[in-house]
Order: sequence, then C-alpha cells, then structure tokens
Amino acid sequence: MQLKRKDILGIAELDREEIDLILQTAESFKEVSSRAIKKVPALRGKTLINLFFEPSTRTRTSFELAGKRLSADVINISSSSSSTLKGETLLDTTRNIQAMHSDFIVIRHASSGVPHFLARSVESAVINAGDGANEHPSQALLDLLTIKENKGRVKGLKVVIIGDILHGRVAHSDIHVLKKYGADVHLVAPPTLIPTGIERWGVQIHYHLDQALAGADVIILLRLQLERQGSSYFPTLREYAELYGLNARRLALADSEALVMHPGPINRGVEVSSDVADGLSSVILQQVSNGVAVRMALLFLLSGGKHA
Amino acid sequence: MRDIASDILIKGGRIIDPAQNRDGVGDLLISNGIIQEISSSITPSDNWVQVIEATGKVVAPGLIDLHTHVREPGFEYKETIASATAAAAYGGFTSICCMPNTNPVNDNQSVTELILEKAAKEGMVRVLPIGAITKASKGCELAEMGELVAAGCVAVSDDGLPVMNSQVMRQAMSYAKIFDIPVIDHCEDLNLTDNGVIFEGDVSTRLGLRGIPASSESVMVARDIALAEQTGARVHLAHISTAASVHLIRDAKRRGIPVTAETCPHYFTLTDEAVGCFNANAKMKPPLATEQDQAEVLAGLADGTIDLIATDHAPHAADEKAQALDCAPFGIIGLETALPLSLELVGRGVLTLPQVIRKLSFEPARVLGKKTGVLGIGDPADITLIDLDTEWVVDEQHIKSMSKNSPFMGRQMKGRATAIVVGGKLIEN
Amino acid sequence: MADILNSDEILRALTRISHEILERNKGAKELVLVGIQTGGVYLAQRLARRIGKIEGTTPQTGALDITLYRDDLSGRKAHPTLKKTEMPFDMNDCKVILVDDVLFTGRTIRAAMDSLIDLGRPKEIQLAVLIDRGHRELPIRADYVGKNLPTAFDEKVEVLLEEAGEEDRVILHREKWEKQG
Repeated sequence: MQLKRKDILGIAELDREEIDLILQTAESFKEVSSRAIKKVPALRGKTLINLFFEPSTRTRTSFELAGKRLSADVINISSSSSSTLKGETLLDTTRNIQAMHSDFIVIRHASSGVPHFLARSVESAVINAGDGANEHPSQALLDLLTIKENKGRVKGLKVVIIGDILHGRVAHSDIHVLKKYGADVHLVAPPTLIPTGIERWGVQIHYHLDQALAGADVIILLRLQLERQGSSYFPTLREYAELYGLNARRLALADSEALVMHPGPINRGVEVSSDVADGLSSVILQQVSNGVAVRMALLFLLSGGKHA
Repeated sequence: MRDIASDILIKGGRIIDPAQNRDGVGDLLISNGIIQEISSSITPSDNWVQVIEATGKVVAPGLIDLHTHVREPGFEYKETIASATAAAAYGGFTSICCMPNTNPVNDNQSVTELILEKAAKEGMVRVLPIGAITKASKGCELAEMGELVAAGCVAVSDDGLPVMNSQVMRQAMSYAKIFDIPVIDHCEDLNLTDNGVIFEGDVSTRLGLRGIPASSESVMVARDIALAEQTGARVHLAHISTAASVHLIRDAKRRGIPVTAETCPHYFTLTDEAVGCFNANAKMKPPLATEQDQAEVLAGLADGTIDLIATDHAPHAADEKAQALDCAPFGIIGLETALPLSLELVGRGVLTLPQVIRKLSFEPARVLGKKTGVLGIGDPADITLIDLDTEWVVDEQHIKSMSKNSPFMGRQMKGRATAIVVGGKLIEN
Repeated sequence: MADILNSDEILRALTRISHEILERNKGAKELVLVGIQTGGVYLAQRLARRIGKIEGTTPQTGALDITLYRDDLSGRKAHPTLKKTEMPFDMNDCKVILVDDVLFTGRTIRAAMDSLIDLGRPKEIQLAVLIDRGHRELPIRADYVGKNLPTAFDEKVEVLLEEAGEEDRVILHREKWEKQG
C-alpha cells in the first residue's frame, strides 16, 4: 500500500485508503517522537525545503521538526508574496528550487493554487502547507487523527466548525476529511464569512452559535484574521466575540465529552475564552503533537513511490 | 492602367449576405476594390481577373470585431497592430475595433492618429479605434470626444474598467449624442468585484478563490439601461456573461431603450468549470459563469437580446499568465477561435448560419452606425471566405497573435476562414 | 517448493533455542526478547513463553520495526508499511535477544541493531533465528539457530506461523522471488 501521488496538494483528491495509510503511519511516528532519541535515519541524505511565502511559525516548525526527526536536511526559505511580486516571478523561484534538487518542497502561499502550479513544474514532492483559502491538508489530517484518538471514531459525530469559513483553508480541508469519514458537519459563521454554495458540500449552516452547539461532539474553532475587522465582513471584534466566541456557558450546550480544537495561534477572547482554551475539553496541544507525527508520515510516504 | 490585384472573381461559393437575405450559390466580382457584381454566374471579361475557386465554401461579408485589445502603443510585448491584424486576418476578420486601454490611453487625437498611421502601414485588416470615455480612463473627467471622433474614433469606451461614477457616465452618454456614436461600457461594479478572481460560485468555493459575484455585472447593466433610458443615447454593453444581465437587456429592449449588447465565444462555450485546477487561461473579466448563465446567453443570442458576437481578444505574455491565479492578468485571446466557436452555434441549434454571420458582420457595423457588413454593389470589398468543414486543432501554429493565452489550446475545431478580402486586397490563409 | 520444517520440528527447534539461551545466559535474569516485525515478534513471544515454562519467570518481549533503518529505502518502488515498535521496558542493563525468522544477508539485523542502540543502551545483544539460509553480506552471525538451510540466492524461504493465521511450517520456494530483506 502506498500513496497514489507525487504530491499532497489537498484532501479533496485523497481517498480513504490513502488517508488511513497516512494515519496508520503517523501513529508509528508518534512512538518515535516519544523516544529519548527522537530521530530515525529514514530520510538520510534527502533535502526538504520549507518555502513559506506567508508568515507561519507553527506549521513551518512542525514540518521542520518532522523532517529533522527523519534525518532529512531541512532548509527554510521565507519570503513575503509582495517581495516576490516585485522581483523574481513565481516561475523563476520554482525553477531555482528545482535546480537545487530538493526531494520535498513544503509550500505555503497566500494565493490558492500555487502549490499545484509548483507541483506541475518540479519533480520534487510538493506538500501544500496552506494555499490561500483553498486547502491545508496536513492540518486536516492531524485534526482527524486527534478526533480518532479521542473519540475512537468519526462516523456520526457532530462536528461544529466555527469562524471564518470564507477565508478558511483549514475549514475547507477539515470539511473534506470529515465528510469522507461520515461525520455530521455543521458550520457556524456570519453569512458574510460563508462561501457561496458550500451547503452543497453536504454541511449544515448556522448563523447562531448556541443552537448549533447542541449535542456537539467536536468543536473546531478557526483562527479569525484580525484585519478582517472594519471590513464589510463584520463590524467589530467585540460583536464577533459576542456572537461567535466559544465560552464556558456555550461549551456547556455541547456534549459533556466534547472536544475543543483550534489550529492555532489562538486569539484569546475572540474565538475562544481562556478558560475554555485551557480547559479539560481542549485538545489543542495534542493537535500540535499529532501535527509532527502526521507530517513525518507524509514525508516518509512521499519518499516511497517512484512516480512516472 | 489597371491594378491586377484589384480584379478578383470569387466563383461558385455559397454567398450569404444576411442583411439582404441573400443565401445562394453564385459568383462575386470585385473590381478596383469594390464589389462590382453578384450573380449566379459571371464569366471573366479578360485574363486580368484573378479567379478564386470557392465551390463548397461560404462567401460572407467581412467579419468585424467590435472588441479587440491591440496593446499598441505601450504593451508591444503582448501584441502589436501588425500581429493583432495578422491574427484577425487569420480568424476571418476584415475589421477590428481597438479598445483604448493602451499606454498612453487613447484619450486624445495624437494616440488615435498614431494607431491609424501604424495600421495603414503595418495592418493587414482595417483598424477602427475606440476612444476613451474619460481622460486616462480614470472615470473622472470626460475625454475630448469631439477631437477623438474627428481623428477617426468610431465609439468611446473605458473598457477594461467601468465608469464607476454614474454621473460621469450619464454625462458621457448625453455628450456622445452630439456625434451619434455608441458609448460602450464594460459592465462591472468594482466594489462588488472587490478582489475577485473568478466567478463566485461552486468553483470559486471549491478552489478557495475569491469570487466575482454575478451582480457585479448585472448591477451595472441595470444602471446603464437606466441611464440610456434617461439620456436616449446609444449604449452598447460589452461582453455580457450572466443570465441576470440578459434578462435586464431583454426587458430594456422590449421597452424600446436604445441598448445593444455583445457576448463573446467563451461565454457561450465554456463555464467556470474551465478554470479546472487553477488554469490562468480561463481567467478573464467578466469571469466564466455557470451553465445556467451560459444557457441564458445562448437564449439571448437566439432571440436577438444579444445583438452580436465580439472576441474581447486580450493578449497577455506567457510569463504574465504563469503566476498564481490571483496575480495573473485577466483576459484571453480570441481572434483566431471566434469564428469556429460561433459556427458551433449552428450545430448546437442556437442560430442559423446566416444569423451567425450577421452577428459577426452586419450587427457590429450597425452598432457603429456604419453601412458595412453587407455585400452591397459598389461597396468596398470586405469579404470573408469560410470553409465550414475543415477540422483542425488549436495549437501555436494556428495562433498568429504574439500571445498564446487561450483556454481553447488543444481543442478540436471545425470550420475556418480560408481567405479574406480587405478593400479588394486578397489575403489567403 | 519444498517443505523444510513442519510444526513439530519448529516446536523442537524453539525448545532447543530456549535451553541454549538459558544455558548461555545462566538463567532468564536481565533477559528481554525483541522480535523483528512481523515473524520475529511471534517467535520472540513463543520463546519467552517457553523460557517462562522452563525457568518460572517469563522474560519481557518487545517488537521492533526496522523499516525506518533500512539501507534500501530510496531504491525501493514502494515503502513497506510501517509497523509498531513497542519496547515496554527500559533496555539499559538488559541482555537483548533479537529474534527474527530468517537470517539472510544480515542487513535487517544491522538495521535492527542500529535501531536498538537509538532506543537505549543494552548490555549485550544476541541473535536468535529460526532459519539461517546463508549469503551474508555483512559480518553478522546468529548466536542461536533453529536450522541451517543451504539455499540459492534467488530462492525464497517462507516462515508461516499460526499467529498470522497459517499452519506452522517453513517452506523453500525454488522459483525466483524478489530479494527479501
């Protein structure tokens, strides 16, 4: 059993067999991360380039650690999209990276589709670490792993995703993965932050948080980009937090065993109150640990097949 | 002294002249650059006549593209007057109307004159300049319309951009009545478009791309109709792409408001699904919309709501398109593919062959208030010869434009222009 | 295809190896048995039970997946599926009996030893195998061998075990098989 592809660009194109393989492999890597010596020689001599056109600490560090624990050489290249626009074109950047003979490229970019563009142009395995409002597949895989570990299943669980769905690549990937595993997915956001036609993905849409939370098994909070305040999406952070912030009172509406998840970094007091973020229901830090294991699994599995 | 090139006898073709309800096999004689005679059989009077065997081919009025971006002056790396007119000739067009969004913008006599001068020297087909509505197309102050018309502009437009300020647009329409020229509007509400990249719908949601709502077009169509009604000016709505716009225009025409409208082959051939996996060659403004929109555009073509077909030929260099879809410029080329894609409308049961030809020749001329697009005895001989049956695949060899940004690359086509005659001059493909 | 060992012969071989392990190590104190995934894991468990019967104390067992330590990862068409490494004890100051079903080129054992040393510092590593089929490519030898089996390089030895849903037996495939680890 192996992955059927050279790149990991999105959850949408992965089938369940592949996702199961990734999760199963990730479980083995969790054990590696628990060792005193957290390093195995599997990717010795391989090169991983972390190409981040958008600021990110968490995801970049997670991929970096994943690469290093597998003994790959890891290089971080950070550049803001704007400086790239002024000078080197994306195509030139791509060609330069291809010339470096890297085995893996992990890319994050503010524009949807850039990883796909890159994947078409280079032989290296490309992993999408977040493109525009499109996908963030490794986040969805670590979310799935975290849910499975805590709940033992995904099918039939009521999963409520709260926040900026419109600009939310995490939401996109999470919805894809949760639907593939038969979860009952609910989205909660102001209508201005819900993309056109997403109800056709088989999800239920709510504008009122309290009613959506009833009996929820999993609550996934999305990070709100604070600069959206004052745009026409919503009036103020204060009102947003009032309508869509998760607090202890609202959490009590969900199932008593409900998990609270967040891809980080958290805006305390906006998406979630501190007592909930740090409370017993929160599995936010477990998500971070699982992130390393899932990314190790992706790197390991992509190093396997020889693709035409 | 007789000019050898100016005497041409086109023999045995199916002569279709929609404006005069002519559709039949016959011969057409061109002498001294004008159409001398059309009849069932013409015998060449002497040996000086060049005979073109047209059996099995269609002989049509020269096609006119009301909407071309020629890019010269200013963007000669994308296209030049020479290359755009070569592409036009190859695609069967004998006249192209060039939009003013060059650099500098065609908002004054000197730019118009430069274009016409270059076109006379290097152009293979007629180039009819369209002047800007506002200075530098900034949407604020009116350009000197009288001067533009005097220099040779046939219409005004700020195409590429809408005139967002309704008062400015109202005044432009009123003022244009002096010269009896159409005001062509690129219907788009920039606030609704925001940072949109493709049509707002299932595809934009699937790809996580910012969407351009259908209302971005229809809101402006509604405004322009209201202003046309108020001013009585001739208003032409460019590249109509959505069902809502078609409904508005149909209603306006029923109420006798002097609006005309065009659509482009990509809007009746493709939908937003053509964006596929971030294909920058399917990115244009207005964006490719849904199947329902396409169906309404087709209905509009069939019932005359949409008067004509134009290309919106918008060349961009390969490295400009080879970017993140967000950053790639809007626009696709269309001169080489417009005719075969329009001919498909016959097979799709939307239009008859004469109707297709009419929407590519007589109707654009009518919008401009010109008496061209017909095969009139004594008229300058602008003629397009069409082979309806030739099958070909769009590849670089068939693209004469300097830019190759077409979503139709690799597509199977049927039918193409085999030759055109421009003012009596024969250009064979 | 030829039958090499039947279930009784496997049983006797494992019993003998158990006695040899106890004799050499002077009892079961400090002993842990670590099987290499997957066949070695079952054999390690069987040996531990047998030693327990003989000695009264059952040594702990572990499972080692050596995939991440293989020296042929980049050359292979597809990765083998990762299996669990489970070492539920502190290896330091233990004598590790590494258990595998077939000893061939020695590369698997090399990988296993590297992996063990990353996991801790065993006092000693010894190697027990059910079949030694020769063709060593590294300077490695087994301390305990169930059966020495002369083979051609491109033959394949297959150890079938009840734990994997088979009837216990060892067979030799004479036709060419893909080289095994």
